[in-house]
Amino acid sequence: MTGDPMSGRGRNKPMFTEPDTLTIADAPPVFAAYNGAKAARQRSVETPKVNTEATTKRMAWVVQVTAVRDNQDRAAFAELFGYFAPRVKSFLMKSGASPDLAEECTQEVMATLWNKAHMFDPTKASVSTWIFTIARNRKIDILRKQRRPEPEDLPWGPEPEPDQVEVMGLQQETDKLGQALAALPDEQRKLIERAYFGELSHSEIAAETGLPLGTIKSRIRLALDRLRHTMK
Amino acid sequence: MMNEMKQIKHHLTEPLLISYAAGTLPEAFNLVVATHISMCDECRAALAEYETVGGEVMLDAEPADIAEDALAATLAMIDSGTISERPAPVRTRDSLFPGPLQDYVNGDVDSLKWRKVGGGVSQLVLETSKEATVRLLRIPAGTAVPDHGHRGTELTLVLQGAFTDAEDRFGTGDLEVANEDLHHTPVAEAGEDCICLAATDAPLRFSGLLPRIAQRFVGI
Repeated sequence: MTGDPMSGRGRNKPMFTEPDTLTIADAPPVFAAYNGAKAARQRSVETPKVNTEATTKRMAWVVQVTAVRDNQDRAAFAELFGYFAPRVKSFLMKSGASPDLAEECTQEVMATLWNKAHMFDPTKASVSTWIFTIARNRKIDILRKQRRPEPEDLPWGPEPEPDQVEVMGLQQETDKLGQALAALPDEQRKLIERAYFGELSHSEIAAETGLPLGTIKSRIRLALDRLRHTMK
Repeated sequence: MMNEMKQIKHHLTEPLLISYAAGTLPEAFNLVVATHISMCDECRAALAEYETVGGEVMLDAEPADIAEDALAATLAMIDSGTISERPAPVRTRDSLFPGPLQDYVNGDVDSLKWRKVGGGVSQLVLETSKEATVRLLRIPAGTAVPDHGHRGTELTLVLQGAFTDAEDRFGTGDLEVANEDLHHTPVAEAGEDCICLAATDAPLRFSGLLPRIAQRFVGI
């Protein structure tokens, strides 16, 4: 992606003419590689517990963000909006925003998604994680009205041709984390939710929440290690 | 830089990582967390993990009703080009201060307007939201910071040099998290001055009479 992300407006050629029937098979070239990765995985001896349907859904989000980035595709954006906007709004309301403010803020979050689509790197974060961080940032800007100190960016902007096996792996691991969270005892899961909704202060959060982070740890650390290696 | 990173032994705690990922910390604490992560790959990776959890928590939440015209309104907002987000900071020059801290500090160590707080220690209070305060501390090599306890939480991040207290030794990049239980007298190691970024969500409590009087003037 070069130049202004808005510059492509007007030459809007929707990639998906039938958003309702969007499937992996309809997907643009990025998905040729995806299908290859899927085949490779099916052949492989290793058989992790992967929820194929959920992973397919997550991969579809990646395609939709890519379509927004490359083609300013409004149908793909509408798909993302339909799924994520109600959840972003819910997160903001649970974090203390009034319904009106949450609505306004949600629209800004989704508009930011459009503008920042060129920054999205599906080998480093899943779409759900990325949208969550945009919502979190907007919450601090608008609801809390604070300056928002952020870590320095590493010089590892999104790769033009992300490795689809890695993209797929990250979606699967994110999904496994989601499943592991859902499988936690009620009390523990509620505690974690309250921490994320800001109902607990940092000093109230127990030192050990028992978060099932094992599934995603390796991949994120691997990506960092590799970056450090290439920077040497 | 690489060597510096490998030496970091004291990292962000899970409550701090969750709270930063969730956007619930006071600005002063966010600054310390963002500065530490700029120096520490271990915690950068950990934050990515906690943000992933945040995304999953958001997905699991009961979806809220969205206004009927929400999509149209958002597309109109996109067309008007009014929404923008500031890019993350970068370390613009060879500075002791990582990017997020540079945004708060106008200058480098020797050009800052340090104020003496007694015992050779100087400080510079940075401007943040009121829920918590954050300051730079410059402790001459070999000098002790007056004995103090805490009512709330105090985060101390070492930017240069090292200090030792009853708990441990804290070198460059290390973060000490102190709470009510900790009553400590940090001593800067011999060698170079120890420069720290320290945030607290409650006033520190100094034990001696003199520091307590000084406290009134300097607002620690």
